[in-house]
Formats: sequence, structure tokens, C-alpha cells
Amino acid sequence: MAPPPFRSAARWEHFAHGADVGLRGIGPRLSEAFEQAALALTAVVTDPAGVDPARPVAIACEAPDPELLLVDWLNALIYEMATRGMVFSRFRVALDGHRLTATAWGEPVEPRRHQPAVEVKGATYTALAVARQPDGLWHAQCVVDV
Amino acid sequence: MDTAQLTRLNDFAWRIEPRGPMRVPAILYASEALIRDMDQKVYEQVTHVAALPGIVDAAYAMPDAHWGYGFPIGGVAAFDPGAGGVVSAGGVGFDISCGVRTLTTGLTAQQLDPAGRRLLAEALFTTVPAGVGSTGRLHLDGAAMDAMLAGGARWAVEQGYGEAADLERVEEHGCMAGARPDAVSAQAKKRQRNEMGTLGSGNHYLEVQAVAELYDADTAAAFGLAAGDVVASIHCGSRGLGHQIGTEFLKRMVIAAPEHGIHLPDRELACAPLDSDLGRDYLGAMRAGINCALANRQIITHLARRAFAQVFPDARLALLYDVSHNTCKEESHDVGGQPRPLFVHRKGATRALGPGHPDLPEAFRSTGQPVLIGGSMGTASYVLAGTATSETRALSSACHGAGRAMSRHQATRTWQGRALVDELAARGILIRSASYRGVAEEAPGAYKDVGAVVDAAEQAGLARRVARLAPLVCIKG
Repeated sequence: MAPPPFRSAARWEHFAHGADVGLRGIGPRLSEAFEQAALALTAVVTDPAGVDPARPVAIACEAPDPELLLVDWLNALIYEMATRGMVFSRFRVALDGHRLTATAWGEPVEPRRHQPAVEVKGATYTALAVARQPDGLWHAQCVVDV
Repeated sequence: MDTAQLTRLNDFAWRIEPRGPMRVPAILYASEALIRDMDQKVYEQVTHVAALPGIVDAAYAMPDAHWGYGFPIGGVAAFDPGAGGVVSAGGVGFDISCGVRTLTTGLTAQQLDPAGRRLLAEALFTTVPAGVGSTGRLHLDGAAMDAMLAGGARWAVEQGYGEAADLERVEEHGCMAGARPDAVSAQAKKRQRNEMGTLGSGNHYLEVQAVAELYDADTAAAFGLAAGDVVASIHCGSRGLGHQIGTEFLKRMVIAAPEHGIHLPDRELACAPLDSDLGRDYLGAMRAGINCALANRQIITHLARRAFAQVFPDARLALLYDVSHNTCKEESHDVGGQPRPLFVHRKGATRALGPGHPDLPEAFRSTGQPVLIGGSMGTASYVLAGTATSETRALSSACHGAGRAMSRHQATRTWQGRALVDELAARGILIRSASYRGVAEEAPGAYKDVGAVVDAAEQAGLARRVARLAPLVCIKG
């Protein structure tokens, strides 16, 4: 039986930006790169492994191009984190042209257990890029202001 | 940054000649050592700013400049509305009107024995909400939110937070004129609903400090400072409301730039003509954000007074001054010998009005404006004063802090939060924080040498040193 193709290729990473944090989602499909970027966003605040994906929150946004859509997606999550007092650890993203619909699963933040390092103020257009790499994987990245 | 790209004006001033799309030169104030340590991105960003429509005089970088968003952090730029000038959401930043206020306490460091210091740390930590997800006691909706956005610290005092005498010691006398609550979205207001009177996180703090060194005893006395005095400093901004205003207007300005005929070499430079509906809406919303920050610091002041009173009933917390370092303000400046109304962006830069300026409260007319420079948990903060040369150097502006030397990721690999708290406690500095990881990310060693930054600011004539403050207790956001 063949292994699930490319699934293991989806991942996230942080990159350095002077005062703040750069985040990069990587995946075989653009939607997976967006999901991974969301995980990288949570990792700025707390270890995603410690967040119970108990409660779903629906998110939708729209922007004129994939880069602005990435920033909108991350800002929508930042808004939900701030106004609901939640952290998220599981994401499902569907892209349809300029429209994104998604579900984020998470739980209310508990300072003692999650040890949240910092709250994210907003996703920025700095080091913003959404592009398919020569190896076929999508990269979706930007710097977030903390 | 390679100094070969710069024209050296003197030991503390460097110039980038206008070339390509640059409309004005760029001027950087720093020692050679600070310039060499400065990110090359500062060069790129300050030259981009110099190319924006309607920029006047020069694009400036302060000694603590580092890679920001479109504009460098530690950047100053003024625009003429009559010459197609612009206002930029990125040039103000996400944390609108983030700033520092310092209060004298009437206590001396000797009175803060180890036991008293511990009690004070606990009282402040339990009284002032800090850290991710913390909420205030005050919940604003509808009309109350709009009144706060229009009234700033003045509104807070009217609600019983603090004293009328505080307002004289806040920029704009505690209330930014021209705020338009109607230009602030429902989302931004919702994000702020439970966040009034909270410190936030990241580099925000409430710190109890001792006056460790005086550089100018007369000016210090005029500021109410003597060696060995205890003061309290609050560093925070406009919380979720400011962040949401920044987020929303950045996007609107990016999308509208082509219709305004503005070419953006970097989307983060997003801006709109001052003379446009979008520019006016942003100014109205941003000014409401300034009021939110002023009200927030006023409420936290009230909470700090309560906490101090629990432990030291004789303490009397009086506001020295409150400065904002992420703003765009309409000011009159001399350009080519003529006063001109300009919109001055200061992103990670503090206003530094010199002696005699009409906007200064009477107490500071002869000394110049107090300029409050935040440090990091284990190092120093500084009180400076605006000088007679501040105006001609950089439109009456100075630095705002140390600036990071190391990324957060690198800091967490270098330090452990708990060990750091213990190490600082052994030095007599008590840290209280909800997050050890947050403490590690804010390790003092992750910041540049704030002493070198203020020394350069003084040598460059931006502001002069009055006092150095050493930390005793730090409530980390």
C-alpha cells in the first residue's frame, strides 16, 4: 500500500525578524500551507500540542490576491483569539478563488497550563509571500507583530 | 549596516543622499558602532519612506532604529497635506500610541526593603491585569466606548480613574482632539470591550524603579526626581482596539493605493493622501486609538496607586509625564524658515519638545519636555529632556527604547524563564509574569545596550540625559 502522498511534507516554521516573529506554512496544497501557517501562529503564543481542539469556530474571509488572503486569514484568527480568549490547534481550510472558508478548533486559553508567551497584535505585509517552490510545495509566509 | 553607503555628517549623524525615487534625503542619528549593528533593512526602509508623496525635510532614523513594517521602528517622517502628503497606517504601527508614563512615588529605595518589595510586587501583580487573555474590570459598550474614544485620559479621570492634575502631565493634556469614534469599526470596539486597564504582553510592563544616577540635578528636580527616589513606569498602548484599527486600515490603504496614484515598493508602506476620505477616516480612527491608549494608561495608573496604597499607605503617586511613541500628529514645524502645518509620523520615536515650546505644561517650559526611554527587565530606563536643538535635528523627536538585538526564538534558546527570574531576584529585581516563556523572550540580554542608544541621542542633540532608572520590580505583560 502506498503511503499517503506528501502528507508528511506539510509543516510549519518560524523565521527571525528583529523585534517580532516570521511564520511560514508549507504544504503540498495551498490550503495546507495556510493551515500550517495557522499552526505557526499558535506556536508564537503557545505549544500547539498542549491545545485541546475541543471547540470549532467557523471563519470566512475574502481578499483580492493569495497574499492578502493569507494576511486576512491570520488576522481573522488573531481576532477570534482576542475576542473569544481562545487558542487553536487544528485547522481545516478550503480555498475557492479569492474566498477562504475554514474551521479552527481550540479551547479557552488557560494561562497556567498554556503559559502563553505573547499575544499577537496583527499579521503584517512584511516578508509576505505565497508561492509554489521548485520542489512543488506551497510556502505561505509573513511576519506577525507581537 | 555598511557605513560606506552613508555620508558622515559628524560622529553621530549620517546622511543618505536622495537618489532614484527618493524625494528627500534620509538622516540617521547614531554612533558608528550603532550604525554598524543596525539592520541593513533600516537603510532600505528609510529610503522607501523618503520616496513617499509629500514628504518634507528628510526621512529620519533614531539611534534605536531597527527593521520595522514599511517604516523602520525608530523612524520619523513629516508630510505636507498641501503637497500631496500622505498618512500611513504602517508609519504609526499596530500599537497606536504605545507609550510610557512615569510616576514619582514619594518613597525612597531604602524604604523598599526586601519584604516590602515582595509585598509590592504581589500587590501590583494581583491588581494590574497583565499577560495574554487578561481582562480588566471595566467593560465598555456602545456609548461608553465612544465617550472613551473621544475623551482619552480626560474621560478616565471623569470616571474616577486618577486625578485632574494628572491630565496636565499627559501629551495633548490627556485628550487627542479630532478623534472620530464613528471611524472605528465595530470589530475594533469589540476587541477592546474587555481590555481596558490591561497591560497586554510582549515588551509591555509596569516597573518600579529607583533613580540610580542623575546627569542634570536641576532638571531632575524640576521633574520631581532625586537620587534614590522610587518611581513607577508603565509601558503599554491601545490594546486590541489599536491593533484592529491598524490591521483594517493597512488593508484598505494597500487596496486603495493604485486609485490614489501611489506606487508602493513595499505593501507595508500602505498610505493614503491626507486630503482623501480614507486618509481622513484613518486620522479620525487613529486619534481615537490614541485616546484609548491614554485612557488605558490612566486606568492602570489608578490601579497602581491602589496597589501601592495597600503596602505603603504613605506613597503618593504623582504623574511625571506620559509620552506616546507610535503616533501621527499634526504639528507646526519650521521648514526653510517658514512654519508649516505638517503631519509627523513617529514610529518607535518619542516627541521631544525643546524648552519654551508653547505645547509644554508650565512646569517644563524652561527644562524641555521629559522624554521617557523604556529599558528591559534587568537593565536601565532613562529620563531625558528635549533640547533647543531637538527641533532642527529631527522635528523635535528622539529615540524610544533599546530595541531588540536578538529574535524571540533565539532568546528562548538562550535563556530559561524560571532561571532568569531567579537570577534577577538574586540581584534584587523581582519579576512577576504569568508566562516563563514570555520572560525568556524578553530577557534583558535580548536587547541592545540602552545606554549606548541614549548616549547617541544626547550626542546627536536629539535630547539630553537627566536621570537613569534601575529596575526593582517588574510586572511583565
